[in-house]
Amino acid sequence: MNADSVKSGGEALPRRNFLKGILLAGAAAGCSTKDPFTSAAKEGGAQPSGEMVQLLSTTGEIIEVDKAFLKPTEQIPSITGMAQRMGIEGKKFVMVIDLSRCKNLKKCQESCNHAHFVSDAQNWIKIYPMQEDEHTAPYWQPTTCMHCDEPPCVKVCPVDATFKRIDGIVGIDADRCIGCRFCMAACPYSTRVFNWDTPQLPPEVLALQYSSETSCPPKIGTVSKCDFCPDMVRKGELPHCVSACPNGVFFFGDMNEDVVTNGSETVRFSELIRDKAGYRLMEDLGTKPSVYYLPPVDRLFPFKNELQSEEG
Amino acid sequence: MSHQQTISSEKITSDLLPQKFGKPGMIWTAFLVVLCLIGLFAYYRQLRYGLSVTGMRDYASWGIYISNFVFFVAISLVGSLITAIFRLTNVGWRTPLTRIAEIIAVSAILFASIIIIVDMGRPDRFWHLFLYSRLQSPIMWDVIVITTYLVLSVLFLYFPLLSDLPILIQNSKPGSRIQRLYKFVGSFWKGTAGQVALSGKAIQIISVMIIPIALAIHTVTSWLFATTYRPGWDSTNFGAYFVSGAFLVGAGGVLVAMYVFRRAYKLEAYITEKHFDNMGKIVVMLAFLYLYFNINEYLVPAFKMKKAEEHHLVSLLTGDFSVLFWSAIFFGMILPVIVLLIPKGRKPLPAFVMGILVVIGAWFKRFLIVTPTMLSPFLPMYDTPESYKTYWPTWEEWSITIASLAGALLIVTIFVRLFPIIPIHETIEENEQIKPEQV
Ligand code: SF4
Ligand code: SF4
Repeated sequence: MNADSVKSGGEALPRRNFLKGILLAGAAAGCSTKDPFTSAAKEGGAQPSGEMVQLLSTTGEIIEVDKAFLKPTEQIPSITGMAQRMGIEGKKFVMVIDLSRCKNLKKCQESCNHAHFVSDAQNWIKIYPMQEDEHTAPYWQPTTCMHCDEPPCVKVCPVDATFKRIDGIVGIDADRCIGCRFCMAACPYSTRVFNWDTPQLPPEVLALQYSSETSCPPKIGTVSKCDFCPDMVRKGELPHCVSACPNGVFFFGDMNEDVVTNGSETVRFSELIRDKAGYRLMEDLGTKPSVYYLPPVDRLFPFKNELQSEEG
Repeated sequence: MSHQQTISSEKITSDLLPQKFGKPGMIWTAFLVVLCLIGLFAYYRQLRYGLSVTGMRDYASWGIYISNFVFFVAISLVGSLITAIFRLTNVGWRTPLTRIAEIIAVSAILFASIIIIVDMGRPDRFWHLFLYSRLQSPIMWDVIVITTYLVLSVLFLYFPLLSDLPILIQNSKPGSRIQRLYKFVGSFWKGTAGQVALSGKAIQIISVMIIPIALAIHTVTSWLFATTYRPGWDSTNFGAYFVSGAFLVGAGGVLVAMYVFRRAYKLEAYITEKHFDNMGKIVVMLAFLYLYFNINEYLVPAFKMKKAEEHHLVSLLTGDFSVLFWSAIFFGMILPVIVLLIPKGRKPLPAFVMGILVVIGAWFKRFLIVTPTMLSPFLPMYDTPESYKTYWPTWEEWSITIASLAGALLIVTIFVRLFPIIPIHETIEENEQIKPEQV
């Protein structure tokens, strides 16, 4: 899928503007060859595996590199705890969830749980079968943390373990959380989960320093929730749920730039919300969510709930 | 106080001096200690395996630890009710009850703080509350008022105790451990006019200060709930509702304690039927008050049946929690009112039974305030294992909770072993004041 630039409202939007620095992996700026990886790796005596990976170079070209020549880097530039609390300057992250496209595939949930080592019994993303009344239409409603602008969870936290960043993200510092669970009582969207047990983690994750941008490694006796994946944004990628959804339900972007993308379509946030009558959940509570919903009109898929015997 | 005029000071002293535990006392203490040990073992398991040993999960993320905490805060309000309010309004019959009420208050508020640490997922980070404290969180308000109340209550117990200490020192074996304790606590007290005036003044000041603080601990505790959006908690009534409930359970607790001490220490001459009669009437009044707030809290929202409230109200009124709900209302409020309205019902034994009902009803009422609301979220409970959709405490939770109650009783028990539960000096003084009038 390409989408270097997309026409929207008659204006070309360079996608790279939004997804800045898609390629930090090799950090080979200024190299004369187009592909710095192969030459460097061959010097080190690495054997090609035959599996090719497409990358976008720093000069904007697509290059193909053998997978064996790429070195996995450490968790890209390590950011101090303070910077994680501050957030990314100049950004105001938003998400738009298009209810008309959701068919409860749960790919978002899977990839999110996988990426964040969420325990088997728990989910950060939940996909609710919604039907307000017998005579109203049923639809699937995925929920994440709403990253409220007036976050009730942040208000009640006694130790500032859950905090609001300048880029709008509500993060959790699991090294500080005392596990009082007041934030869980305060969150009206039931989005927070608690690590009741010792999280089952691979040793290399366990060894990591906790980062509120990845919410990893989760720690026993503390809360977790959707973090809007700022680590992915720093890498120039989209949150896991956004890229995992084959139907393009999730749009993620920056309100200041007024752009959101689901990976294949990049659109103006304000126009999307205006044209499709976007709304937010539980507006009456005054929490001012950063997640917007597009109403489930003209749905792409008929609502089928036969998989779920549970009542909604 | 006509019954007291015939009692001599010596008799008062020997009647009221703390006594060694008899056999029942030893059995009782051992029983409490065993309960505490079981609770400690359960807590060790909780520390080791995390809160997963409890029945709490993501939806019911607060359970009986929190309702037990509210219960302790509630019952501790009694200290200020009996002691401060009666002192300030000069209620004559309060003297034998003040110390009972105050030691209940101290031990209850102490265990309220302990149980809140037990509830924490990371008790090892308790100090974060002071290192990173953020004043905007209602938890910090609670930390502040509860600490203040604890300090004031201890002083309020201590100052009136001072004048009894010379009597205790005099009547204990010279050089014994217990005498050393008395000397340590108050050998500086000589009962000089200056000291008496100073302590009188201090007691007066605390009496005034402790009333707003006591109201504050309970109001702030109610705000832990009322500052959220949840159905059943999102109420402007909550402070008053909690305070009135606290008065009721506190008064019920005093009725129970009066009866037990009276029987155990043969204090019939000091804690008289008149006391039961008066306390019974107070319980009736407070039960009516609490009923009034319950009607406001449940029937008014039920009249409207807003969608968000419906699940919660239905679960209480006719659903899963209805048996518990109506039992708590009937046995914890209505039945005590009926029985205590009858003069015969205010005799010691029936009043004692009603006191027990009030206290047990109040404990379950706190459970009903916390759990059904947690299980009535705005978005339906979904994408979650079946076990996450219900809440029932595990044996670890029960043991820890029971141990906390046993621990509070243990403190009271040890206190009465060491100190007179009825102020000796004050009783003698009052007795002497009455005599000249009679002559
Ligand atoms: S959705 Fe819940 S957890 Fe997320 S910011 Fe809002 S209140 Fe906090
Ligand atoms: S559980 Fe942790 S993040 Fe939530 S309010 Fe308590 S300390 Fe803050």
